[in-house]
Amino acid sequence: MSKIEELIKKKLELTKKEKMAIPRQVMPEQDAVERRSNFNEVNLGFDEDTAMLEAIRCIECKKPLCIDGCPVNIDIPKFISKISDGDFFGAIDIIKEDNLLPAVCGRVCPQEVQCELTCILGKKYKPVSIGRLERFAADYEMAHREFEMPKVLPKNGKKVALLGSGPASLTCASDLIKWGYDVTIYEALHELGGVLVYGIPEFRLPKALLKKEIGNIEKTGVKFVKNFIVGKTLTVDELLNKEGYDAIFIGAGAGLPWFMNIPGENLNGIYSANEYLTRVNLMKAYDFPNADTPIKIAKKVVVVGGGNVAMDSVRTAKRLGAERAIVLYRRTEKEMPARDEEIQHAKEEGIEFHLLTAPIEYIGDDDGWVKQARCIRMELGEPDASGRRRPIPIEGSEFLFDIELGVVAIGNGSNPLISQTIPDLKCNKWGNIIADLKTGMTSKKGVFAGGDIVRGSATVILAMGDGRVAAKSIDKYLKTGVWET
Amino acid sequence: MMNKIVNAEFIAPDIKLFKIKAPYIAEKRKPGQFVVLRVHELGERIPITIADADINDGTITIIVQGIGKTTKHLNKLGAGDYIHDLAGPLGKPSHIDKFGRVVCISGGVGTAEALPIAKALKEAGNEVISIIGARTRDLVITEKEMADRTDEVIITTDDGSYGKKGFVTNALQELLDEGKKVDFILAIGPLPMMKAVSEMTRPLNITTMVSLNSIMIDATGMCGGCRATVGGKTVFVCVDGPEFDGHQVDFSVLENRQKIYIDEERTSLKKFEEDCRLGKEIKKVKI
Repeated sequence: MSKIEELIKKKLELTKKEKMAIPRQVMPEQDAVERRSNFNEVNLGFDEDTAMLEAIRCIECKKPLCIDGCPVNIDIPKFISKISDGDFFGAIDIIKEDNLLPAVCGRVCPQEVQCELTCILGKKYKPVSIGRLERFAADYEMAHREFEMPKVLPKNGKKVALLGSGPASLTCASDLIKWGYDVTIYEALHELGGVLVYGIPEFRLPKALLKKEIGNIEKTGVKFVKNFIVGKTLTVDELLNKEGYDAIFIGAGAGLPWFMNIPGENLNGIYSANEYLTRVNLMKAYDFPNADTPIKIAKKVVVVGGGNVAMDSVRTAKRLGAERAIVLYRRTEKEMPARDEEIQHAKEEGIEFHLLTAPIEYIGDDDGWVKQARCIRMELGEPDASGRRRPIPIEGSEFLFDIELGVVAIGNGSNPLISQTIPDLKCNKWGNIIADLKTGMTSKKGVFAGGDIVRGSATVILAMGDGRVAAKSIDKYLKTGVWET
Repeated sequence: MMNKIVNAEFIAPDIKLFKIKAPYIAEKRKPGQFVVLRVHELGERIPITIADADINDGTITIIVQGIGKTTKHLNKLGAGDYIHDLAGPLGKPSHIDKFGRVVCISGGVGTAEALPIAKALKEAGNEVISIIGARTRDLVITEKEMADRTDEVIITTDDGSYGKKGFVTNALQELLDEGKKVDFILAIGPLPMMKAVSEMTRPLNITTMVSLNSIMIDATGMCGGCRATVGGKTVFVCVDGPEFDGHQVDFSVLENRQKIYIDEERTSLKKFEEDCRLGKEIKKVKI
């Protein structure tokens, strides 16, 4: 009997209890020391046997809670069941009914706070590795099957423009194209993918993979226009009135990086995380001078912040050759917004964590280069609006810290380029577009929005969920002509 | 196909004028705005001010001085070639108003950038005097175009080979000494020049706008690499500028920030020149 046949037999023979008792399978990873000096992917993915064994752990609940935990409601038990049957194409077909970027989501979704959080196994054991199984199915398909065209309805004569080519627009577009719409995505940069291409590093999301998934969306008939800045090259009103679009979806993403507004922040050697990551990811500065865009290489790099972007930045610094790559975070590890997996990976790679610490000033040399950060120690007080305990500076705890580069990773505001040029579009005080999360509808007729431009800094999958919701209401609006907020 | 170079010619040593097919940008651009471009698939993104546009044939004009790797690479392209990536128009347009008597001061390729603004200021009913500064005679560009668009053109060269010997600030001083009341000044060119003009006009309380040329990547506000300190606050040159009140700009921050990649720029240029010497083909967009 082959290993696969054995596993299929196992699935049939084991009781629920026995299934649940199978340990959660370990994700193979690139060696921590080795990966510090390369940009190759850290997680290596399940092989077929491991994927099947992990899939057998799923007890196929009658009322599965995992589906509700997924922002795009993938039929999780059904695709996992297919994997445990050894029908890997069957599995990916089910995923693709709801998600056309499975290789991306299987890698970057925070499953531990979504589908896996609600998995019933988690109560007594560890939850089923839903994300890793999704990734497995997606990777298996890429390696073993040519792209299969989804069913597409005949063209209905309506045109929709989507602004930004990140996860929100890609998801929205892949639904609309199936329903017969003429769909065009406008991207301001020279590459497609939005934050997936400029923000998330190669070692978490290989760009070749992203290119392939976007290429598949293009094959379904979605048109892409790069180097086109809506709000500048054309406005939304011009798209509606001159270019003949019937509806617009704005998925332009987060924008302007926040700084702390402390002295010395404009010194040479202080980057925003957006700039640091964009230079490396989008502009390929790690390959300078073969790529034209440079990045500063330093022995000691300090990254300020505790989110995924901070982890991406500090691990990038390490890979670029920093002997010491350090996270400064003003709360404790418990309050860090970064995914646990990213924090653990960072620790394995030798990243230092200086917690309950924040910079209050950067000090430069005569040529304007940062040399030191003046820092202050914090203690935690009462919970603030975010529910996390508020950091309070400890008086007299200031100290100087030598640094060569600083990366500020404390979040993003919204990008004003599009919203400023739409006079009748309502935004909140932070500049985020106000849209109904249940429909994606904005204050302007025919204009929908979703993802970070609405939510501020959120996740890839929430943006995809918004894209899906907006696609449904765009369809409804264009079929009925009724605009009711 | 977009971004086709329809005309390219050197107008001075190492300074090349390009007419590029870009109908959307041509129609949309306003004086003071810029484009961002890349010359090959691993190229960097650089901002270049739009010098002119022709809505009828859908072209924009840029004037490029070959200084670093990317600008030298760009200047090897000619008519029929394509710009790999071109996006715009970016930045806020110049503030055009009727001020009275306006002096447009420009240095180097800054003169090309000042052209559309000078024209718009003239059309808005101002008396426009242009001061063009250059190191030497060969580097004085678009003098005729400026003369066609303004009331008076004054040339200065550092070596005295053309026009008045000296700096643009000397010429401005002469104007003021003649008792001419100046209501508004626009200064575009190298940082030291814009700084000198701003320092000169600060005590005189003459509004002086300068156009900053920071290092940028996306140029849409996303990276913050172009930030400058203006009036004690951090601004992003790409979305808040490029024009700012010269009396508020902290030029020392800008001078430092322009030197961030000085070593890397040298490495890059050396590699490019070596590649050219070895006869390696310059990467061009294949159609």
